[in-house]
Formats: sequence, C-alpha cells, structure tokens
Amino acid sequence: MTLMTKILGAAATGLALTATASFADPALIYDLGGKFDKSFNEAAFNGATRWAAETGGEFKDIELTSEAQREQALRRFAEQGFSPVITTGFSFSTPIANVAGDYPDTKFVTIDGWVDPDANPNVLSIGFSEHEGSYLVGMIAGEASESGTVSFVGGMDIPLIRKFACGFAQGAKAVNPDAKIIANMIGTDPTAWNDPVKASELTKAQMSQGSDVIFAAAGASGLGVLQTAADEGAYGIGVDSNQNYLYPGSVLTSMLKRVDNAVYDAMSAGADLETGVQVKDLSNRGVGFALDGYNETMIDFDTLSAVYAAAGDIVSGEIEVHDYTVDNTCPAVEF
Amino acid sequence: MDLMTLLQILDSTVRLGTPLLLMCLAGLFSERAGVVDIGLEGKALAAAFFSAAFAYYSGSVWVGLLAGVLAAIAFSMIHGLASITFRGNQLISGVALNFLASGVTVLIAQTWFAQGGRTPTLEEGRYSNITLPFAESLQDVPIIGPIYYELISGHSILVYVAFLLVPLSWWVLFRTRFGLRLRAVGENPAAVDTAGISVQRLRFAAIIIAGVLCGLAGSYLATALQAGFVREMTAGRGYIALAALIFAKWRPWYCLSATMLFGLLQAIALRYQNIDLGAFVIPVQFMNALPYILTIVILAGFVGAAIPPRASGEPYVKER
Repeated sequence: MTLMTKILGAAATGLALTATASFADPALIYDLGGKFDKSFNEAAFNGATRWAAETGGEFKDIELTSEAQREQALRRFAEQGFSPVITTGFSFSTPIANVAGDYPDTKFVTIDGWVDPDANPNVLSIGFSEHEGSYLVGMIAGEASESGTVSFVGGMDIPLIRKFACGFAQGAKAVNPDAKIIANMIGTDPTAWNDPVKASELTKAQMSQGSDVIFAAAGASGLGVLQTAADEGAYGIGVDSNQNYLYPGSVLTSMLKRVDNAVYDAMSAGADLETGVQVKDLSNRGVGFALDGYNETMIDFDTLSAVYAAAGDIVSGEIEVHDYTVDNTCPAVEF
Repeated sequence: MDLMTLLQILDSTVRLGTPLLLMCLAGLFSERAGVVDIGLEGKALAAAFFSAAFAYYSGSVWVGLLAGVLAAIAFSMIHGLASITFRGNQLISGVALNFLASGVTVLIAQTWFAQGGRTPTLEEGRYSNITLPFAESLQDVPIIGPIYYELISGHSILVYVAFLLVPLSWWVLFRTRFGLRLRAVGENPAAVDTAGISVQRLRFAAIIIAGVLCGLAGSYLATALQAGFVREMTAGRGYIALAALIFAKWRPWYCLSATMLFGLLQAIALRYQNIDLGAFVIPVQFMNALPYILTIVILAGFVGAAIPPRASGEPYVKER
C-alpha cells in the first residue's frame, strides 16, 4: 500500500512537473461575490477574457462557494502547474501566505490583498489608490450638485471604505469649498454589504438633508443607493466596475478600479511576472472614472477639463490627495 | 427639529417597521400555537427571492407575491414536518431552515440568472406607492395636510395591509373559536387533545399563517422597498422581529408598538448616525444595538414579566 502510494505520488509529481514545463497557463480564483457580480470579480473575468482573446491563450478559473475552499483552490491550481495564480479580494491574503511557501515555482497574485514580499518572494500584491479615483468623481459630484450638498454611502465601516469617502470629500471640496458633505456607513458587520433596504433609507435620509449626488461604495447594497437615487430623481455614482448602464440618466459616473487591467497585465507577463508590491493609481490608469454613452451628456465640458487637469496634477504630484489609511484621519469630512 | 424632519423620520420608521411587523405577527401566530419559529428570517428570505424572481419573469408583482407566499409556506411545512409531525427540536429545525434559505436562494438565483446570486433589477413588477384620496389637495392644510400627505399616504399597499392585520390578528386570536383553540394549544395541548381537537392540525394551521405573513414581508422587501433580490437581503430582520415579539409579550397590539419602536430607532440611527447630546455622543452602534438591549431588559423582568406561551417550544406527545 505504502509502495503503491509512493509510486502514485511520484507519478503525480512527474505529471505536475511535465505540466509546468510544457505549458504554464494562468488561473483565476474569484472571491465569494462570484464571477458575474457586475462589479469587482466580473472586472477580473473581463480582463482575463480580453487577454485570452488577444493572445489566443487559455486560462482556468473557479468560483468559490465557501470560505474553506480558498486554500484548497490555490493548492490545486499550483499542483496542476498553473502560473500565475491570480486571486481577487482582500480575504486571500492569509490563504496565499499559507500556501505560497509550498510552491516556490508558482507565482501568486493577490488583488486588494497584501502578503509580506520578504516572507513570500513569489507573491505579487496589487493595491489600488482608491482615494485618487474617488477624488475625481468627487469633483464631478461637486460640480453637478445644485444644492451644494453631496453624500457618500459606505458599506461596512472599515478603513478601505473610509479611504473612498475621504477622497470623494476632498474632490467635492476642491471644486466647491463650501460644499457640505455627508458620509454615512450602512453598518459595522458584513451584513452591511448586502442590505440594500438600509442603504435605500440612508440615501433617503441624506437626500432629505439636501444631498442631490450620492456616491455608493457598498458592494451589493450600493444597488439600493443607485435605485433610490433613480427613483427619487437624484444622481448616483457607482463603484469598481462601470455601473453607468444600470440606471441610464441617473448614474452620473462610476469610480473605476481597473481590476481588469491588473489581471490582463499579470496574465500578459505570464512566467516573467515581477513579484513584490504594486500600486495601481492614476499614473498607470489603475483607477479612474467612467465616461461612456450613458453619461457623456450629463457631465459638461468645463467639468471634464477641470477633472482631467486635476488628474494630471495628481499624477505630477502637484495635488496630493490624502489617503485615509495612512494616518486614519480625513481633513475633508467627519465620520 | 422641524415638522418636516420629524415626518421624514416617521415615514422612514413605517418603511423599516413594516417588514418587522409582518414577521412579528408571523412569529405571534406560530408561538401562540406552541411552535417556536426562529426560521422567520429564512422564510422571509426565500419569499423575497421567489417574489423577485417571479415578478421578473411575469412582469407582475402579484404573481411574485403569490410565488413568495408559496415559498414561505413550503418552508413552514418543512418546519412543521420536522418539529410537529416528527417532534424534532423546533430551534434546530428553524436554524436549519435559515441556513437552507441562505444557500438555496443564492444557488437558484445563480442558476437562473447568472448574476452573482441575485435577480436582475425589476423594471416593472414592483408595487407602486398608493396616494390616498385627497392627499394632494389637503397637502397645504397646516399640520394635518403634511402629516396625511407625507406620513399616511404614499406607501405601498402591503404597508396598509400590515397595519390592518394587527386588529385582524387580535380579533382572530382573541375573539374566534379558532383563536381560542390556537392559544390553548400553545398553553396546554393535552387539554385541547382531550377535548377531541387535533393538536397537530391546529399547529400546522398556525405555521401556515406564519408562512403567509413571512411571504408578505419578503415580498415587501424585494419588490416594494427594492427592485430585486440580493443575497442575504433580510439582513437579520427576522431576529429583530423575534426580539420584538418578546418585547411585545406575545400580544398583537404590542407587536405593532414594538416593531414601530424598533423601526424608529433604526430610522433615527440612519438619519443622525452619531447623536451629539452636548455632554456626550451616542454612537450609531449603540442605537443599532438598542432593540436587543431593550429586549434583554424586558426579558430580565424590569418592565413586567414576559411570559411566553407555556407549551411553546415543546413538541406534543399524545398520551397512550
């Protein structure tokens, strides 16, 4: 029996090695939100499909159904010789840190997560400068607002979400120093990501305090915000993916987090992928705002040129957008 | 605080309190008949999904409502089968139903719509808000006008149904023979059995009523307040409704005041977030926790004793 296992084990290792040598296709693991979430994970899928279409390459992907599958999926892809193994969502930080050491020849990528590059030299951690993108949509909101009050609805009250709110507030203040900014969080536990009912009420409460442009960074709850804004005749601003098409004429723009580009770049680099820590910001078009057929007539040219100028200034360092997560304070808004 | 702000908060209270009220009444019928129903959350969630899904396919909110109610009744029947027919533990059966609903809704939604476990956004097939007669013309009458226009008029039909269900529940439970027997089954099933009335049938009737009410609650969440289903969208409201039921000491009218009080607390929390009282600040987390704190205070017997129906939670075993 033991001998048998050894032989089988050896055979399996041999197969895995041949697999690595002959081809190293990339693999993609989505977070629990699922492949078609219209937002974060779907952006990753879109990036991968674009890479496949342009290069004729192939990739494997998997959707998780439970927390426990994270490590399992990572190990399976690594053992089958896939590289790089790309994951979306900050929850992959720990599983990757646990697994990466066992597969030194496989490269792992975590989008939104963070793995110590010294301890795990074969991992690339990709972060985004959400505050810069939020600053730009904040400017658009400040210009579009007639009441001078704009607001922010966050999902769970975590530093990452405050980073969105802080950038947004700074942008609105930049175009209208007297702008009143209301920032509320839906809750302090994970149900906040899936409570559109509460998000709707929060939006209504903000609107009754004068807000007429509402930026939602709240996962699936954000749909409640955009829905209410559309129902009540205010502007909503989407997040992560381009959500302009959801409620045409009501979604002013969307703050983009180019997860698709991050995936595309990682897949293009393939085996030569540089590991370490990467920050996707305005300068490498990692964040931005969405302008398309649905909203091009809703934003006037003066606003657009001001926003593009500000984007240039942020890249050149002339404007410095404060990052909430650096010191856990925000100069532009109180929480 | 001016009248308008007050009215907006009360308006929000009604919207947030209505699903709680419906689920609280569902729990009332069930527990009065001696069946503890911790599965309110799961039933409402299943109803929310099926009402949104069928409203999407048919374009009619009523088809959705029917599907939602049937789904909630189906869940009730599973609960009944496990805990009435086979005399299993009611709490365990209820918890299992919550997990089942949480998983099965996302699974079916993903299979049918492939949108990450939610239904597409409903364009039609939602409840429209009802403007009561004279609301527009009375709008300018001082005080009464705005109250009528802002607060009383302009809700979806389920809100009015929910409020009418309170006196109806009271009447059924306390003024009909069925209600008397139902309450008796929750207090002393052996006596009812001795009188030649089927305990099991009465308990099944009670949980079917609970299913219908949970169906209304789910349908209200998914197709009146929102335009579609997202995973876990009940977000713990079933548990708050259970807390409200204890707070209401298992009485219909108190159910109304308890759920509206909890709705008001949520509305205030959403409107003001951190409340600055000058000397100190009440954090929003405290406001959100207040329903549970109040329930514990009630349970501890500070405001009169909260005594559940005596046979609540116990499967009835016929003597041989």
